[in-house]
Amino acid sequence: MPSSYPTGQLAIASPWRVAVQLAKREIVRFFRQRNRVVGAVGQPVLFWLLFGTGLNQSFQMQGQSFSEYYVPGTIVLILLFTAIFSTISIIEDRNEGFLQSVLVAPIPTWSMVLGKVLGGTLIALIQAILFLALSLLLVSKISVMGIAISVVYMTLIAVGLTCLGFVLAWKLDSTQGFHAIMGVLLMPMWLLSGAFFPVPDVQTQLTMGEKILRTVMLLNPTTYAVAGLRRVFVEQSNAWMPSVALCWTVTITFGAIMFASATAIARTRTAGDLK
Amino acid sequence: MSVIVNVDSLSHRYGERQALSNLNLTVPDGQIFAILGPNGGGKTTFFRLISTLMPIQSGRIQVANLDVSSQTHLVRQRIGVVFQSPSLDKKLTVAENLRHQAALYGIRGKLLRDREAELMRSLGITDRANERTEKLSGGLRRRVELAKGLLHHPQLLILDEPSTGLDPGVRADLWSYLGKLRNEAGVTILFTTHLLEEAERADRIAIFHQGCLVANDSPENLRASVGGDSIQIECAEPQQLGESIAAQFGLQPQVIDSTVRLEAPDGHRLVSELMQQFGKRIHAIRLGKPSLEDVFISKTGHHFWE
Repeated sequence: MPSSYPTGQLAIASPWRVAVQLAKREIVRFFRQRNRVVGAVGQPVLFWLLFGTGLNQSFQMQGQSFSEYYVPGTIVLILLFTAIFSTISIIEDRNEGFLQSVLVAPIPTWSMVLGKVLGGTLIALIQAILFLALSLLLVSKISVMGIAISVVYMTLIAVGLTCLGFVLAWKLDSTQGFHAIMGVLLMPMWLLSGAFFPVPDVQTQLTMGEKILRTVMLLNPTTYAVAGLRRVFVEQSNAWMPSVALCWTVTITFGAIMFASATAIARTRTAGDLK
Repeated sequence: MSVIVNVDSLSHRYGERQALSNLNLTVPDGQIFAILGPNGGGKTTFFRLISTLMPIQSGRIQVANLDVSSQTHLVRQRIGVVFQSPSLDKKLTVAENLRHQAALYGIRGKLLRDREAELMRSLGITDRANERTEKLSGGLRRRVELAKGLLHHPQLLILDEPSTGLDPGVRADLWSYLGKLRNEAGVTILFTTHLLEEAERADRIAIFHQGCLVANDSPENLRASVGGDSIQIECAEPQQLGESIAAQFGLQPQVIDSTVRLEAPDGHRLVSELMQQFGKRIHAIRLGKPSLEDVFISKTGHHFWE
């Protein structure tokens, strides 16, 4: 029994500290689920082996090696899937009941969202950086500065994508629903990002199909993620790419809009919150 | 007596279904207060509203003179919430769960260490501090839940169906702890329950039925309101027997399913008279002091269990 129980003193939680605490929990949970750790290490290694050693021999793009072209795209692929899938933990938190006590805690909604997003971003970054480290064996011309810039840019990409995952996950009541989203949203997002093939260039004569493809690709925020990252890795490219300024602007704006959307949706209650 | 919770014309609906209608209620400070009702009575809705899990649609709830809708943040700092379904992170240890909860309430440093140690000691979970909660028994988990809800020293502790899934020994421990919490720390304890025997532990009981408050008093007063003794008669034709009894004795029996229910000041005498008059039609007759179930039946005309 409490020897003293002063109810008058109220501690005030700093929303930033709360976010850091929530992010820390995501990381601790990640490392305590062995299968997730194995997947996280295995995926980049697998991609590296596949793209780096396998396809590199059989594919040549004008002016640059396959791996130089594909490294940025693969990093975005890793970020896209890891960041978005990390938000599955929202569904788990809700089903396991943990989310309830966060929802009735005296903290602003954005602080809860930020905690989740930071956690997801860090988990995605761990994998992307691992892949980047392996890729440095293939991509020769990249400076220390270049690596630093690419990590900053990867962080911005991951924040936006984790927020997107948050928005998608919030209303779902089962993790199965996520697989449908993967098929209809994530795969096309990646395939049409310039990671797999370049954005059709306006300089050349475009067919109707290519025009549509170009429009769709330019509307896809991950196009700017891939291009922005590629611009860090390769100085010259024959393929058309949006400018550095545009890439950074779109990526930052996308992150801000998605964060605001995630905060807005987190204010709503779902059937799972009221069981 | 000061009041900690004030509910004013509270209504709530889920689509077409009215879950709470025009509820008015006050909870006195420093008491154990039960919200008793069958499933679907509206108590879970009330819990969700007062715990700030769900926004209020119409009416008002005040906790410690703070409005739950407009001063949600301040209310949240003053209430501790223990959910019926578990809210622990199974992958974290007991101590990590508590520290995590503490962070949500801005408790850290020495204050955190003191409260963590004090709660773990008083709840008997100190030796489990470094165990992951997925490995704990249901009873131990409930204690951790309770510790979570008390870390920030709330004035009001709200529990949803606190005995669910606990065996009788663990229930008794839980209630002795809650009793101490009221007596020694002056915490008001508000809990929902569908168990009549659990509601008996409260200082005061509010009975909910179909979204309405049908009674609100101490268990003793509620029983006294039934009036004397309670008699239940089981028979083949309850409707006819009820009418005969009404005609012959000038009483107002209630007929529910196959039972005829009566309240009378002098039960044992009436039982012998009833047996003389209608003995052949009666399968079984039960005389007793009124229970909370009798209170429920007399207020609603329904069995508690349906």
